[in-house]
Amino acid sequence: MSTMQISFKLNGEDVAVEIAANTLLVDLLREELGLTGTKTGCREGECGACTVLVDGEPFNSCLLPAMKADGRQVTTIEGLGDDEGAVESIQQAFMDMGAAQCGFCTPGMILTAKSLLDKNPAPEEAEIRQALTGVLCRCTGYRKIVQAVQAVAQHNGGEVTS
Amino acid sequence: MSPAFHELHWARDIEVSEYLMPSSLEEALAMLAQRQGKARVIAGGTDVVPELRRRDYQAETLVDISRLPDMDGIAQEGGDIVMGPLVTHAQAADSDLIQKKAGALAAGCLAVGSPQIRNVATLGGNLVSGQPAADASVPLLALEAQVTIASGEGERQVPLREFFVSVGETVLDPGREILTQIRFPALGEGQGSSYQRLSKRKALTLPMLVCAVVVSADAAEGVINNAAVALGPVAPVPFRESQTEAFLAGAKASREILVQAAETATAQCTPRDSLLRGSCDYRQEMVKVLVRRGLASALRQAGCTLD
Ligand SMILES: Cc1cc2nc3c(=O)[nH]c(=O)nc-3n(C[C@H](O)[C@H](O)[C@H](O)COP(=O)(O)OP(=O)(O)OC[C@H]3O[C@@H](n4cnc5c(N)ncnc54)[C@H](O)[C@@H]3O)c2cc1C
Ligand code: FES
Ligand code: FES
Repeated sequence: MSTMQISFKLNGEDVAVEIAANTLLVDLLREELGLTGTKTGCREGECGACTVLVDGEPFNSCLLPAMKADGRQVTTIEGLGDDEGAVESIQQAFMDMGAAQCGFCTPGMILTAKSLLDKNPAPEEAEIRQALTGVLCRCTGYRKIVQAVQAVAQHNGGEVTS
Repeated sequence: MSPAFHELHWARDIEVSEYLMPSSLEEALAMLAQRQGKARVIAGGTDVVPELRRRDYQAETLVDISRLPDMDGIAQEGGDIVMGPLVTHAQAADSDLIQKKAGALAAGCLAVGSPQIRNVATLGGNLVSGQPAADASVPLLALEAQVTIASGEGERQVPLREFFVSVGETVLDPGREILTQIRFPALGEGQGSSYQRLSKRKALTLPMLVCAVVVSADAAEGVINNAAVALGPVAPVPFRESQTEAFLAGAKASREILVQAAETATAQCTPRDSLLRGSCDYRQEMVKVLVRRGLASALRQAGCTLD
């Protein structure tokens, strides 16, 4: 099996790693780089637990050959907030609203919501629900999650419609 | 971990020993040619990765075409819309040009999977995967698209009508050839299109039925000049409903005609009984509904009033 060198920006820092030809991004992150905030659920693109941001857009890292990260900017849940414990407003909103139960979907949810909010700071409920369709939650029933994103939207000047 | 765990296909690694990222089409074709059928093209990978994990087929080498230059454009050239194979579903669904001049395609692409899937899955991959109800393939078939296929030996043009062979199979060999362009006539004045999709959920769901309609009409006279009706999955390939199309050519646009046209649509199509997608009987009934709705919506866009 041939190995290859790739380099990319991971949570703002340059990384260069040697990978095997068949390495998928989710396994590189979890197994090689120890970033286990990214979850694996289905490994089939269905559940979104493995969502990471690539150049700011949500991708399923379980379907992504790691080679495709070469030269890109990858953000995982570990990249949000800082080492001192400060968190981003969307993370705070998830805590305030009780938008996490078991927490398995939470990294994917938060990253997907962040990507939406970065492009559209005050999305409406329908836009929020549409943006989150790629991440499944088996616990919360989604309501609190949508409310958490709405809270940030409202803080950013949006109106809560429902 | 237990051996049984590793028998579960989702737990398995994909088996490839070489992953190549060519930077030109010539280089990519040479890499494929050199490996004599043991390599396979990968674009977004949303079909290839799960298929390799399931061991549906094998590939020693993946040739990743996602960084080939000039393959992700959407443009109008004269009367045609020309798209590169690497255009993603997200890009097509967002494109003003596609929304205005190929509305059924924009709607089909927006129905694919989830945002995560649409951000990476390509139209070229959708066509080459050869699924009978693929959400970009069915509208492209109704739009009379043709594709350009390149190999070491040269290029050929193939209309989509001749492209699909069977479930998962097209005339293109993804071990040797690369789909390099998708081209179809832009819709204009007096034309309209529509995409109808019946599924169990709103997102991340395979369709039970899809129907793409493209019509040209003389709105002043209220006459349908011609209609293209494509359906899936009612046959092993995306399917053109020629009987309905023949019935509609030259017909007066009215609600009654649409009801009659929809009746002709079930005669030819034979959806399978499927636990996931519904019984044949149910889907034959629903074909009529989708065809009628699709025609009504496309004709209204073409400027016809239906009474
Ligand atoms: C969770 C999930 C949900 C999905 N939902 C939908 C859905 O709702 N509707 C739908 O239609 N599809 C759906 N799909 C299927 C898939 O996403 C689409 O078919 C997609 O368009 C494939 O594109 P890709 O770039 O990922 O293809 P890849 O996986 O890279 O390739 C697919 C096939 O085409 C070949 N290939 C790709 N590009 C070329 C090219 N330019 N030249 C030659 N060969 C090529 C590959 O060798 C392979 O055989 C879903 C997939 C997943 C995982
Ligand atoms: S683990 Fe990637 S989508 Fe489920
Ligand atoms: S909180 Fe458990 S899956 Fe969402």
